[in-house]
Amino acid sequence: MNVMTPIVRDPNQQKFDTANHLAHAAQQAEDRRYEDFMIVDVDSHHYETGSYKDIFQYIEDPVMRDQFVYTKGQTMMLRSTGGFQEMAGRIARYEYRNSEQAAEGGRHKDITLTLKWMDAMGVDVACVFPTPMLGLGLNPIVEVEVQYARAYNRWLTEHILAAEPRIVSMLYLPMNDPAAALKMVEDFSGRQGVVGFLVTTVRYKPLYSNVYMKLYRALEERGLPIAFHAATNWGDQSMNITNRFIASHALGFTWFNIVHMTNWVVNGVPERFPGLKSIWIESGLAWVPFLMQRLDNEYMMRSSEAPTLKRKPSDYMREMYYTSQPMEMIGNRTMLEETFKMIAADTQLVYASDYPHWDMDLPSTIYDLPFLSLQAKKNILGETARKLFKLDTVLSPQKQARLKARAAA
Amino acid sequence: MAQVFVCSELEMKDGDVRIVRQDRVEVGIYRHAGSYYAYRNLCAHQGGPACEGIIRNKVVDILAPDKSFLGQTYDEDEPHIVCPWHGWEYKLKTGECAPDPKLKLRRHDVVQREGGIYVVI
Ligand code: FES
Repeated sequence: MNVMTPIVRDPNQQKFDTANHLAHAAQQAEDRRYEDFMIVDVDSHHYETGSYKDIFQYIEDPVMRDQFVYTKGQTMMLRSTGGFQEMAGRIARYEYRNSEQAAEGGRHKDITLTLKWMDAMGVDVACVFPTPMLGLGLNPIVEVEVQYARAYNRWLTEHILAAEPRIVSMLYLPMNDPAAALKMVEDFSGRQGVVGFLVTTVRYKPLYSNVYMKLYRALEERGLPIAFHAATNWGDQSMNITNRFIASHALGFTWFNIVHMTNWVVNGVPERFPGLKSIWIESGLAWVPFLMQRLDNEYMMRSSEAPTLKRKPSDYMREMYYTSQPMEMIGNRTMLEETFKMIAADTQLVYASDYPHWDMDLPSTIYDLPFLSLQAKKNILGETARKLFKLDTVLSPQKQARLKARAAA
Repeated sequence: MAQVFVCSELEMKDGDVRIVRQDRVEVGIYRHAGSYYAYRNLCAHQGGPACEGIIRNKVVDILAPDKSFLGQTYDEDEPHIVCPWHGWEYKLKTGECAPDPKLKLRRHDVVQREGGIYVVI
């Protein structure tokens, strides 16, 4: 045997750095030649908590602004979503992300860090959402949702989206005040990087309510999708009989989208607004075939209760869009393949990483699936979302450089 | 196959880990209770750097004889390697994935000689 000189390091002595943390993702991107096509990540996050001071300055109501400043944002946390995403220190990036230095050319830290993980994974454009705001719909003070959502959307569009074309977003809608939600669409659509609007689905107002019809019409007229982002609410009556985060998370993140999807379909919203595209985010995929079968079966017996429908519930659901993460990859490949068929994944499934959250998925979760054609992989990883968001085809500077290097070689 | 020098025996104490990179292969070398273990730094889940996370003992539920739940504790004899990407856990002593032993970290031999630690890559 030969004795060789290697590189040796002690991981406990290394400072946390996104590029190091994701070095294996970068290797996957290179090995799979992601520079050959565009990757769009439809659901990723930043932590708006790091920018609270700046965001609070955008709160228009001066009384509430003071309240936010002095509670250091706790005004927004009057609710009980909660959870232990960091798994008691097991997921390294939760503990160390704040220590990462990211000052680069005067750019906002969130831009620098976002581009860093995007480049590691081979993502060209990322749709970025906030984090604690996913539970804001539970806030008992309606004005808190309205004021904070407006402040956040102003801050995000002016400081992040306007400054970096590779970062886009679907903006938070304060659904507890339908008029304010509509005004959000009127005021913010057309701004750089605004590719749609977002409903966080941990909320208890039914989306079929007549009060939302003007909102749906406004989105349909503008050709902007409406996205439904799931989360869990440990304080929900049914969730608070669970005692472990795995239970609350596994159920909650599907449950809230299941409820709102069911209401959305049986009340015929897709039939009333046929041009309104919807995207269902972060519930995984297994719930979709379940709900399609369940609703179709009941619809055949009780179509009188859903008379606006002209087709079966699953026919509408198959025309909606779904983000891929967290994809249920454990165990049964045949089941996963069947799921892809049932949701017409080639045209309706869009890749999402959910980075930096604990259950993030890399592009390889799609790229390595043996039952997909290369074209289907490209559609899911980028092309379908590119068309949905009306984006130009762009590759990151890093991927362009790789293509050039390949051509030169 | 080559014996790759990691460090001198004096440099590693119980609980320590070193990552060795030789060309494209990365291996994590652990010292636990005076013994050495080495595994490919590649998680069976999504290819994360499994050997760069924390070591955390296996969590166990404590049940009373009548099966009621009394609380939780750590099993000091069963340390787990935790992948820092999503928290998959592997048994440090065997490389088996804790909830599914069919999945494993690839094992590498460790050689101790002349006061040095070497890993076979
Ligand atoms: S890649 Fe290791 S836990 Fe996911």
